[in-house]
Amino acid sequence: MRCPELACLALIVCLAGCERETRHFTADVPGPAYPGPRAQTGTVAGRAENPYARNAYAVNEGKRLFRWYNCNGCHAEGGGGMGVPLMDAEWRYGDRPVDVFTSIHDGRPDGMPAFGGRVTDDQIWRLAAYVRAIEGRVASATAPNRDDSLQEAKPETRRAGQ
Amino acid sequence: MITLESSLICTCVRAPLRARRAWPAALLLLHALAASAVDAEWPMASGDYANTRYSTLADIDTSNVGTLAEAFAFDTGVERGQEAAPIVVGGTLYLLTAWPNVLYALDLTRPGAAVKWKFEPHPAPRAQGEACCDVVTRGIAYADGTVFMVTLDGQAIAVDAATGAERWRTPLADVAHGETVTMAPLVVKDRMLVGNSGGEMGVRGWLTALDTHTGAVAWRAYSTGPDRDVLINHSRYAPFYPTDRGTDLGVATWPPEAWKRGGGGAWGFVSYDPALDLLYYGTANPGPWNPEQRAGDNKWTSGVFARRPGDGTAAWFYQWSPHDRHDYDGINEMMLLDLDWQGARREVLVHPDRNGYVYVLDRKNGEVLAADPFVTVNTSTGVDLKTGRLQYDPGKDPRAGLTIRNVCPAAPGAKDWQPSAYSPRTGLLYLPHQHLCHDAQTYTTSYIAGTPFLGVTAQMNGMAGTSRGAFTAWDPLARRARWTLPEVFPVWSGALATAGDLVFYGTLDGWFKAVDARSGKPLWQQQTGSGIIGQPMAYRGPDGREYVAIMSGVGGWAGAVSSGCLDRRDGTAALGFVGAMKDLPMPEVKTGVLHVYALP
Ligand code: HEC
Repeated sequence: MRCPELACLALIVCLAGCERETRHFTADVPGPAYPGPRAQTGTVAGRAENPYARNAYAVNEGKRLFRWYNCNGCHAEGGGGMGVPLMDAEWRYGDRPVDVFTSIHDGRPDGMPAFGGRVTDDQIWRLAAYVRAIEGRVASATAPNRDDSLQEAKPETRRAGQ
Repeated sequence: MITLESSLICTCVRAPLRARRAWPAALLLLHALAASAVDAEWPMASGDYANTRYSTLADIDTSNVGTLAEAFAFDTGVERGQEAAPIVVGGTLYLLTAWPNVLYALDLTRPGAAVKWKFEPHPAPRAQGEACCDVVTRGIAYADGTVFMVTLDGQAIAVDAATGAERWRTPLADVAHGETVTMAPLVVKDRMLVGNSGGEMGVRGWLTALDTHTGAVAWRAYSTGPDRDVLINHSRYAPFYPTDRGTDLGVATWPPEAWKRGGGGAWGFVSYDPALDLLYYGTANPGPWNPEQRAGDNKWTSGVFARRPGDGTAAWFYQWSPHDRHDYDGINEMMLLDLDWQGARREVLVHPDRNGYVYVLDRKNGEVLAADPFVTVNTSTGVDLKTGRLQYDPGKDPRAGLTIRNVCPAAPGAKDWQPSAYSPRTGLLYLPHQHLCHDAQTYTTSYIAGTPFLGVTAQMNGMAGTSRGAFTAWDPLARRARWTLPEVFPVWSGALATAGDLVFYGTLDGWFKAVDARSGKPLWQQQTGSGIIGQPMAYRGPDGREYVAIMSGVGGWAGAVSSGCLDRRDGTAALGFVGAMKDLPMPEVKTGVLHVYALP
């Protein structure tokens, strides 16, 4: 009686898939090429939708990278410290995906180091997607869930819509 | 709750500068007395080489302090935490602000202390992101007609005290690798002493001496690495304890290469004993915070060096917190006192450490005479006076993947940089400090130049059953506290003791206070409109009167939540300090203001 089992499994897979994002069964789709610092305004900006904005796996990867590259040392879990808070609605350099990408890639004058060249553009798009999740700007189904231990602020899944 | 919340809302909009200057008629009776007496001056941040912060002025005393009133105020126009002490020499008050490190000279002979000159060094903006705990500076030093300052990005600068003209400038810090400078330099003979900050960024700590005439580097003593870099010459180096003897311990007490980014900055105050011709300063925490990534004692971090100012060679070393587990920097001040210790006169060094103990050391050789807890400590059980070794409680040891809760004292320690005072009249130390614990989650971290090298996420809380802040009078001979004043928030300002038997300190909620040095009885207080994290000092003005001065301007590690407009929902913000500071009010006055008080 393999068939019902298989059907059941398929249903579960489908349901699980429906819950979250569409899964890509090929290698990750690379993000759009970095538009360059001067291309922030005008036409390129309009196009520069973060390819990972609705990709839960990539947003979670962004969260892992956020610690991996020591972003958390300066920005904490979003509340800031040496770096500015990323949880709040205030953006010094803009909150469009391309602005966030540029902040990470090129750095910013008052102490944000440039990660371009040290980190792949693809990882920067993941980080940028997670930065939006910190503020609660991605759907709760896409946002990372709460941490295993020390996490003081609400988990990202519950920040959405705040 | 709603009102509280709204008072905490961070707008980050710069408030218009208030006209805060006023001067009473009495001040106009100027030039009454020549300002020549030594007690009139305060030429370095700590007041004197012994770091006692004691003023011999006694005009303002316990009987009249109640009438103390603001004589004048000076708005620096600079936001962020103002940790610096003003200094006064020859009728001029010199003041260094937080980043962008503007140096002001105020003419005390003119009404309202008019600006004589202003010096703007233009430090690199990127240094702001590399400074762990707000963009503070702790002050300046004066010698031979020159004011010595250091910018946040680590440029040592000599400025002509009369004109404000730059004499020389020497870049010392590598900001790209996380180095900054926040300490107040000390000048001893023709040496300017500067140490680096950056224990959170994987820097390699150092103290550097510059020639005061030319700005040339005379020597640099590293806190890690081979003996030749640490300036240990074994024929002239004699530490008291065997664990500090041996060749190249700054390499051997680390995993391979780890000393190269092992921290141990020198961002606290330097003391100097002219008779012994020795400098004393503490070394900061080792990096990374995660201790599992640096097995060994991690010399020469979280300890104290005695060095010769001429060539920088070490005379002795003692380690407060070997293989530090909790960010217990050893940089707190060393007060050089001569005490009648158990029947004999002894030249001692008294040091209240972040690890929670007040140490009394023989300052000739580094022998620990006493080490007594001044707060509740659960990270260690005491200091073994035979071996000099701190006895850690392994139950609080950080381990990767685990969250260890209720670590007391927390990372900023029982007392952080905020300098104590000592009054020879009362024989008491006055300690501004805090009662905080933290929860910490440890993980493995990698070194990336110019980014934090931590491996720990922490979140602080007030210690159960006590106030977060405290101001304690400690009797070093009886080895116990005489009295403690509770404060709502950590007391992040320095202390000043005067011959009028008064002690002054400020609070993070903006009060500048005077208390009776003997009983601790509160006698006077004034609200400044912004949290106080500065260092109070006293001087005799050109008019012959005693003045007490303090900078207000909330910030520092404890006040970063307000000065940096951090998000209070995240208790791990500001390396975990925000967890304990969620109710810190936003300042009414946005900019740093110098407040100067006198009797009416
Ligand atoms: C050394 C400390 C430091 C590190 C490490 C760091 N940042 Fe920053 N970051 C800052 C500072 C300081 C600013 C503000 C810069 C300014 O205003 O010019 C900032 C700004 C930003 C901004 C722009 C915020 C705004 O309001 O527009 C983003 C986005 C950002 N950082 C993301 C990251 C990410 C992602 C990482 C890790 C890859 C990271 N940062 C690592 C210090 C840091």
